[in-house]
Amino acid sequence: MFWKRFKKNKLALTGAILVFGLLVIAILAPFVSPYDPNIINMDDVLQAPGSRHILGTDDLGRDILSRMIYGTRISLSVGFVAIAIATIIGIILGSLAGYYGKLIDSLIMRLVDIMLSVPTFFLLLTIIAIVGPSIWIVMFVIGLTGWMSIARLVRAEFLTLKEREFVLAARSIGASDARIIFKHILPNAMSPVYVSFILGVAGAILMESGLSFLGFGVQPPTPSWGNILTAGREYMEVAWWLIFFPGLAILLTCLSYYILGEGIRQALDPKLKI
Amino acid sequence: MLPDTRDVILNIIMLNYLSKKSFELLITFFGITLVSFFLINLTPGKPTDALSELNPKMTPEARAILEKHWGLDKPIHIRYGIWLKNVSRLDFGNSLSSDMRPAWDKIREKLPITILINSIAIFFIFLIAVPIGIHSAVKANSLSDKLTTLAVFVGFAMPTFWLALILQFIFGVWLNVLPVSGIKSLNYESLSLLQKFFDSTRHLCLPIFITVFGSLAGISRYMRSTMQEALSQEYIVTARAKGLSESKVVYKHALRNAVLPVITIVGLSIPGLISGSVIFETIFAIPGVGQLLYQAAMSRDYNVIMAEVVMVSVLTLLGNLLADIGYALADPRIRVR
Repeated sequence: MFWKRFKKNKLALTGAILVFGLLVIAILAPFVSPYDPNIINMDDVLQAPGSRHILGTDDLGRDILSRMIYGTRISLSVGFVAIAIATIIGIILGSLAGYYGKLIDSLIMRLVDIMLSVPTFFLLLTIIAIVGPSIWIVMFVIGLTGWMSIARLVRAEFLTLKEREFVLAARSIGASDARIIFKHILPNAMSPVYVSFILGVAGAILMESGLSFLGFGVQPPTPSWGNILTAGREYMEVAWWLIFFPGLAILLTCLSYYILGEGIRQALDPKLKI
Repeated sequence: MLPDTRDVILNIIMLNYLSKKSFELLITFFGITLVSFFLINLTPGKPTDALSELNPKMTPEARAILEKHWGLDKPIHIRYGIWLKNVSRLDFGNSLSSDMRPAWDKIREKLPITILINSIAIFFIFLIAVPIGIHSAVKANSLSDKLTTLAVFVGFAMPTFWLALILQFIFGVWLNVLPVSGIKSLNYESLSLLQKFFDSTRHLCLPIFITVFGSLAGISRYMRSTMQEALSQEYIVTARAKGLSESKVVYKHALRNAVLPVITIVGLSIPGLISGSVIFETIFAIPGVGQLLYQAAMSRDYNVIMAEVVMVSVLTLLGNLLADIGYALADPRIRVR
């Protein structure tokens, strides 16, 4: 049923193919990139896109296409790991709030309200500035400040599901709370979480590129789309390709995640609100 | 019931509602300061590190004196209490940067430009996003709705700093029609009032455009969903059944109910807008609170950072309160809930 509806949506199918293609590129990076991404070649500095270097070279003569292919790995890993952290926190807090209700629910929901009013981007910048930027810190803090919407979705699902007969049945045969939460309710509450996960990956990629742009993201020489772009900013007037292609990659990647997410949402349940 | 008795009762209900809301906001405010203070202060590394790390003359004794001077020798919950007491008097401590000025003074002088840009932006966001949302909802699933949806996704997926750089390049360098940085030209003081206005407008064009673009997708999407919901209500069927024109049904009956929830989004969008300010103020060299935060984060200027966090939270909560008041005034059902 899901696949039948999903297949009809041409746009979403395109998104899925692009997302899959990017994953393949990220995994096969050493085989598909034409050059070593970190090899410095002072004879080929700031070459415009051409037959030898399809997307040109940077100020150290490094091939931009190869750096971007390796950057795919970094950008996608940051996106996935950060959102995995956010999703785990969101599921745990959302389930607890929805299942137990009362005081636990109001405490957790108050925390959600607080986190939504906190300028999280400020906190991100500050924490990274204090600890020093590294890929792990970036993943961790993006995850730590992005769990609120998932917690809300899971809580809402729990509120309706916990009143259903199968939960009562499970309780009457003496299942523990943990078992009811994780084995009985959670699997039924996951559909909005999948969609939110896909959309979140795009959000995290954008966040990492924004942080990289300010110098707080993944640090050079490790190539990420954000830091290739930032490094190219100095040469913007003579080498437009240094900022144009990485930005385009971010745009197209996030766009494919968004249309894939929207397609999955429509195929799962056209009325689902996220 | 006499009309004036009814007014009195309504006023009491409204006051009751507002005091409840204000109390909730106060609690949220304490929560925000608590979360931010502990997150920032429990992160490994001290404010004095920036002064002591690279200084060869720094001995352990000197470091201890320095930490005592900034009050860092006390346990964290006591420091939070002291900090909160000072904040209630608008004393955020001095900046840890070389000028050592009060953090609040530094923010106060940079706040107007950021608020100006974001207020103009909010105006345009609504002016553009609301009609787009209405159009998509009324013509749901038509070709134009599908194209708008795709455009909205492009808006979501766009790295705004990249768009800012490209526009800066096209209009500032290539076509050379707009200034690329700052908020006024070098000869600003010698211009007439009208010329001053044009000069500022030219400088603020790109920053405002970028801010509007960044929020357009989200708000128009939200408008579309509230409008769709309004259009599926029974009173719309009734309105159509009694033969009202389609434009009356859409703009009088549905829109009034659909636009209210969108207005409440303003409060919640403030943190996002100001985060955007950090990026575009850095790109366009605009001396606002975003640029100040960037500099403060770079130099680990804790007092300025905390002052900024408090400032944005207060703006957000005030935005929420204003939205709540507007909502309650427009929709009587909310007040008694």
